[in-house]
Amino acid sequence: MNWTEIVSIFAAAIAVSFGAIGPALAEGRAVAAAMDAIARQPEAAGTISRTLFVGLAMIETMAIYCLVIALLVLFANPFIR
Amino acid sequence: MIESPLLAKTLFTVGPIPITEPVAVTWGLMAVLTLASLLATRSLAIVPTRYQAVLELIVGAVEAQIQGTMRAAPRPYVPMIGTLFLFILAANWSSLLPGVEPPTAHIETDAALGVIVFFSILYFGIRARGLGGYLATFAEPSIVMIPLNLVETLTRTFSLIVRLFGNVMSGVFIVGIVLSLAGLLVPIPLMALELLVGAIQAYIFTVLAMVFIGSAVGGERRTGGNQGESR
Repeated sequence: MNWTEIVSIFAAAIAVSFGAIGPALAEGRAVAAAMDAIARQPEAAGTISRTLFVGLAMIETMAIYCLVIALLVLFANPFIR
Repeated sequence: MIESPLLAKTLFTVGPIPITEPVAVTWGLMAVLTLASLLATRSLAIVPTRYQAVLELIVGAVEAQIQGTMRAAPRPYVPMIGTLFLFILAANWSSLLPGVEPPTAHIETDAALGVIVFFSILYFGIRARGLGGYLATFAEPSIVMIPLNLVETLTRTFSLIVRLFGNVMSGVFIVGIVLSLAGLLVPIPLMALELLVGAIQAYIFTVLAMVFIGSAVGGERRTGGNQGESR
């Protein structure tokens, strides 16, 4: 195992762990805001939860990007081989 | 060593073309969905039979979703949106069959679906507004936004692809890792979670496709009204 592979593994771990922080905080805020809105206006729950799901998917994409980058670094690294 | 999730296993070759596992599974899903639809619509009646009632329920739910999301008459969009949803749902849930890996866990399948959505956005946008009218929407808030809007049309398709790929693939990957670490029956709760994620991702993919098509088509009524006044 050479240095490139070792650094790649650490890079993947750091990408996933730090990439998860932002989306986690953002999703928490989004869900809290949606709960607040539903509590104030229960009759709009359908529209709010539909928009919430789409928004959560958008936010979650950031974490998924990090995951894909980590997988690229681990399995399709251009600097190894 | 766990094999790379970015590579697909080749099952057999037809002439020079290798047929990979996701392609074969996709063909199977297409055959099953087509056969089921053909059988269910073979003898339609006013008073629905059991299969027809299920089918009407699905079509009605898709229509209601399109109506609620796009705020437009759902008829022209039902075939594409409904097929997308049913196919992605069936693909995500095909991991329930032993030995079958969902084709959406490979980026090529998701890329094909994303390209379908990309071109259908263009098609519906041009059909609703005309070529000039659709191109004019790229300069919508102001002319400065043209590069941003152009980049956005590409990146949102890309994010659609990567979102579906990442979610389904990570589920398959995690189940594989837990299976290799802990053994039989342990990954079952994760597989149940995977079913939920698969359904949500199928829903989100189609809702986002609806939102994108709706934004290509639906702004027409507002801006069209303004243009009508200025003329």
